[in-house]
Amino acid sequence: MYKIKHAEFLAPNIKKFIIEAPKIAQKRRAGQFVIIRVKDGGERIPLTIADSSLEDNTITIIVQGVGKTTKELNSLSSGDFIQDVVGPLGKPSHIEHFGTAVSIGGGVGTAIAYPIAVALKQAGNHTISIVGGRSKEFVILEDELKKVCDEVYPTTDDGSYGFHGFVTQKLKELIDSGTKVDFVLAIGPIPMMKAVAETTRPYGIKTVVSLNPIMVDGTGMCGGCRATVDNKTVFVCVDGPEFDAHKVDFSLLEQRNRTYRTDEQLALEKHECRMNNLH
Amino acid sequence: MEEMSKKDRMKIPRQKMPEQDSFERSSNFDEVNLGFTEELARMEALRCIQCPKPSCTTGCPVGVKIRDFIELVSKGDYLAAAAKIKEDNALPAVCGRVCPQEEQCESVCILGKKGESVGIGRLERFVADYERNTSGIRTPEVKAKTGKKVAIVGSGPAGLSCAGDLIQMGHDVTVFEALHEIGGVLVYGIPQFRLPKEIVKAEVEALTKLGVDFQTNSIIGFTDTVDELFSNGYDAVFIAVGAGLPYFLNIPGENLNGVYSSNEFLTRVNLMKAYKFPEYDTPVFNCKDKNVAVFGGGNTAMDAVRTAKRLGAKKAYIIYRRSEVELPARKEEVHHAKQEGVEFLVLENPIEFIGENGWLKQVKLQKMELGEPDASGRRRPVAVEGSEHLMDIDMAVVAIGNGSNPIIQKTTPDIEYNKRGNIVADDITMKTSKKGVFAGGDIVTGGATVILAMGAGRKAAKAIDSYLSNKEIW
Repeated sequence: MYKIKHAEFLAPNIKKFIIEAPKIAQKRRAGQFVIIRVKDGGERIPLTIADSSLEDNTITIIVQGVGKTTKELNSLSSGDFIQDVVGPLGKPSHIEHFGTAVSIGGGVGTAIAYPIAVALKQAGNHTISIVGGRSKEFVILEDELKKVCDEVYPTTDDGSYGFHGFVTQKLKELIDSGTKVDFVLAIGPIPMMKAVAETTRPYGIKTVVSLNPIMVDGTGMCGGCRATVDNKTVFVCVDGPEFDAHKVDFSLLEQRNRTYRTDEQLALEKHECRMNNLH
Repeated sequence: MEEMSKKDRMKIPRQKMPEQDSFERSSNFDEVNLGFTEELARMEALRCIQCPKPSCTTGCPVGVKIRDFIELVSKGDYLAAAAKIKEDNALPAVCGRVCPQEEQCESVCILGKKGESVGIGRLERFVADYERNTSGIRTPEVKAKTGKKVAIVGSGPAGLSCAGDLIQMGHDVTVFEALHEIGGVLVYGIPQFRLPKEIVKAEVEALTKLGVDFQTNSIIGFTDTVDELFSNGYDAVFIAVGAGLPYFLNIPGENLNGVYSSNEFLTRVNLMKAYKFPEYDTPVFNCKDKNVAVFGGGNTAMDAVRTAKRLGAKKAYIIYRRSEVELPARKEEVHHAKQEGVEFLVLENPIEFIGENGWLKQVKLQKMELGEPDASGRRRPVAVEGSEHLMDIDMAVVAIGNGSNPIIQKTTPDIEYNKRGNIVADDITMKTSKKGVFAGGDIVTGGATVILAMGAGRKAAKAIDSYLSNKEIW
């Protein structure tokens, strides 16, 4: 059992958890993830590690309540326990001194982009962050990013805060206004990552995305997380999760992530029905 | 009964093990075989003619004293029989169920020359179940603590048997498991209807009682590396991580929704209990009234196809590129699968998966014929030109074997590996090229059997014990 030391909502439906996990805290590097099972009988879901503290022996994860498991997780509070947390899994981000690096986070994807932005800055990059959200309340970690990045641009789809428009529009504006961008990292919903890949492709800017397929074990044993990159099949859990955005087959990723949509809906309805009866 | 002459005893027919009705069982996950009753067990035991030089023991990879335990069964002393088996086999309830006895001990039984061999596996199973259900699994004596610590990586059959021996020898033992449950392939791979999970649980509890420390959620390589285990105070390490990297067919359309590796399909159903979705949270492809094809002919393929049948598949096929004679699965599994309504399409090879809106709809097959024997000694399947044809399927499971999982290799490069990524280990001591590190089971042999892995675990325990008493191993 893994104790939740602290839990708080960062945005509607998006919650931050600080969890006691000494081994993982010592080992984890930017870009790696854990697999969590909320309770006995629960499913195993991958979640990227947003931060860690060696002093407190904790890791931080940020979770958007979408399906039954994530909603169940988000109903937990400080002092509660999580059944299983295993990691760190996946390859750490490839960090080097690129020059100017732009880190783009969409919604809860910002939680994953954040530790990589920190690492990019530490590697001496001029680091720019674009933080996207549907509206103001969905722009997360802006203050934390401001502490480490050279430039931070919040964007909202509805214009309620920061730049009015998509993260890709802000990125294009930066490039076209003469910022020499050497590296782009984009993490968020699949359509966003796909759009970023298409934005940078004509400029030939090296672009990396972190993929979020369905996983079971997270150690390469099941092959459920396979994706196509550069026309080859990869196992995202052990070969990734980060890949060259210009070579990822995003449609396939979207398609495979739909595998259990009906089941997920059923599980969620059943869960919410039960929760409503309790109240 | 003891008065029966050898001649009379030889007239007793091989006793059938009661099993669940095939129609009923094809829609439940309860165990298929029900095991011998005491009467059946004693009758079967009487068939054994107690050879002065029993060949059965030589046919057993771990050398169980089969004749002696069977004699004890015939006398009705089942607990003594259990103790006799346990001198050589740590997991008889498991091996009695999943060992391919027909290729091992039973294949060399003298009775088999003219008639049917003694049902050794069934007797082993009976004895182990009898012990568990009556007195409970007996915990052997543990020697005085040596103060030495051993880390075992992986909690499958190799890891568990090694742990059992080492703890009895007085060493402290920690078993590290990557998943959230102990048992490795015994819990994620082999289905409930062939090996009930309660049996594995009982074995693990018995080891816990002896003092074995089990650490779940620990991926050696990531959580701690092998070198870190030594710096954390372990004196020896046994690597028994199994062969956990599924092979795919590498044909077009393999990433369509509805195409699974056998590992994923079985893990979802067995470990995650997807057959009880939504009571349990993990879903699996809804096989109800669907056509399911499993590619491969081994025991895992049989497990997968029989699982699909139980999940309600309308049609469940085994598609295999050689002929039925070459099926690597145990005969019993093939027989059970057929009884349950599984259809076998042999001499057929998949060349493409075809989908619609991202979902699998069809497979393109090619007919095969058998040519000259290949390196494995089996006749090589050769494609028949112009024989391509389409078949409607909704779900596919690829069960063509496993490669070695790369996590240990990537994080412990100073161990010698062969070109397939398997760890090179000594046949007798299971030592690797790295001092203090031993390895056994599928990570050394490639995909093999539970009993071989268990045997490797015991060999390693013996060698680790010597190593820890300062005997020269390297």
